[in-house]
Amino acid sequence: MLGTDLDRIIAAFTAGDRRAASRLISVVENGGAEAEAVLEALYPALNGAPRLGVTGPPGVGKSTLVDALVRGERRAGRRVGVVAVDPTSPFTGGAVLGDRVRMGDLTLDSGVFIRSMATRGRLGGLARATKEVADVLEAFGHDVLVIETVGVGQTEMDIATAADTVVVVLSPESGDAIQAMKAGLMEVADILVVNKADRPGADQLVRTLEADLAMRPAAVWRPPVLATIASQGEGIADLAAAVGRHHQSLQRSGDLATRRLERARGEIMAILRDRLWQRARGQLAADVSAWSERVVAGRATPYAAARALLAAFLESVEDKA
Amino acid sequence: MERADTERTIRVLVAKAGLDGHDRGAKVVARALRDAGMEVIYTGIRQTPAMIAEAAVQEDVDAVGLSLLSGAHMHIFPEVLRLLREKGGDDILLTGGGCIGDEDMAALAALGVGRLFGPGASTREIVAYIRAEVASRRAPT
Ligand SMILES: Nc1nc2c(ncn2[C@@H]2O[C@H](COP(=O)(O)OP(=O)(O)O)[C@@H](O)[C@H]2O)c(=O)[nH]1
Ligand SMILES: [Mg+2]
Repeated sequence: MLGTDLDRIIAAFTAGDRRAASRLISVVENGGAEAEAVLEALYPALNGAPRLGVTGPPGVGKSTLVDALVRGERRAGRRVGVVAVDPTSPFTGGAVLGDRVRMGDLTLDSGVFIRSMATRGRLGGLARATKEVADVLEAFGHDVLVIETVGVGQTEMDIATAADTVVVVLSPESGDAIQAMKAGLMEVADILVVNKADRPGADQLVRTLEADLAMRPAAVWRPPVLATIASQGEGIADLAAAVGRHHQSLQRSGDLATRRLERARGEIMAILRDRLWQRARGQLAADVSAWSERVVAGRATPYAAARALLAAFLESVEDKA
Repeated sequence: MERADTERTIRVLVAKAGLDGHDRGAKVVARALRDAGMEVIYTGIRQTPAMIAEAAVQEDVDAVGLSLLSGAHMHIFPEVLRLLREKGGDDILLTGGGCIGDEDMAALAALGVGRLFGPGASTREIVAYIRAEVASRRAPT
């Protein structure tokens, strides 16, 4: 894409063109210099819209719940951007992104924009890419952002923590709670939802989760455990109210500002780490090979090698500065 | 990491239009495209042309694969194409499958619809077609 092309798309985006918004999301998702240019152009339009993360094991009803929550936001007149992240197959690099199936009726609502995203084996970069896609949707004039991710491991949790309020969804189906506790999902939850409350075992799961939470030290915010039947819209109003209360609590305690500062800090650090590493790796590759031979021959330890390489790298940086 | 335009992951919207409820064929195609390294946005059954076109725009897909059995193809394909163009998605490939006679296929092709596959088509054929067609559309002219 040429610079002028990008400028034209940004202008269309500013005028409210949905196709342009979609193109800019792709640019940002694909990263690189163009993504940076887009974010620079859009940052002034960011206004701190609340961000809701919805995470949990596959099939518990997250998308169904998001659909119900978004309808509620729409009734209140708020425009909503949704980012739905599903895993990329590690074997083929492809993905089937199926979250829209549960949100079909929102497609033709001009106050809603849904974007599906694959994890693309981005490791640490996924949280950033997801956040930046949400940035584009926020700059496009959405009042609330919802990020749905499959919460089964560390990277997914990172994405969830990019939200102001994290809802962890479980269902009575066997193993969910144990899996969630093992994966550390409970620790990131601001609100716990037991969905599929129409299924046997829901009450038991609510009690188990409440017992677990009761053992936590007292805090400003105590995560509530709510039961929902997303497919029937039951319990959604209570959930929306809890999200609202959490946001108010964040604002009152000053935690919202703290969380956002931490998030910005994390972002800058991650970018710095990437840039430094890329530069160092490119520059030092040949020397690392030479040192490896010395290490294998028993003439240096890996630590001594790293020390020498780092010193050489820092010196070269200083020379250029 | 920056990548050349031609290497970008291909994104395809797979939808099932019409009133009949089953989507086995669409799901088989979706999985085949995924196994070929593409990102498939699956929207499910009973999609109207307006829903398909709008979802394609929001997802910035390279192609739309539309499955239909109901015989309404002479209405649905042109309508999706018209709406895609109206929404600025004229570069999006519209392809799909169903029981469509040669004459209708020719008429749809004349409108700008891509290749349409009969019930006997192999997923390998479909994957190869989408990959080649998207590559040629992305190539700088
Ligand atoms: N019985 C029951 N099924 C539900 C409920 N909520 C969602 N489902 C179903 O659970 C399945 C998975 O839902 P989905 O929202 O796609 O789950 P996700 O993978 O967590 O996003 C679908 O068949 C839904 O219809 C519920 O409250 N009760
Ligand atoms: Mg989902």
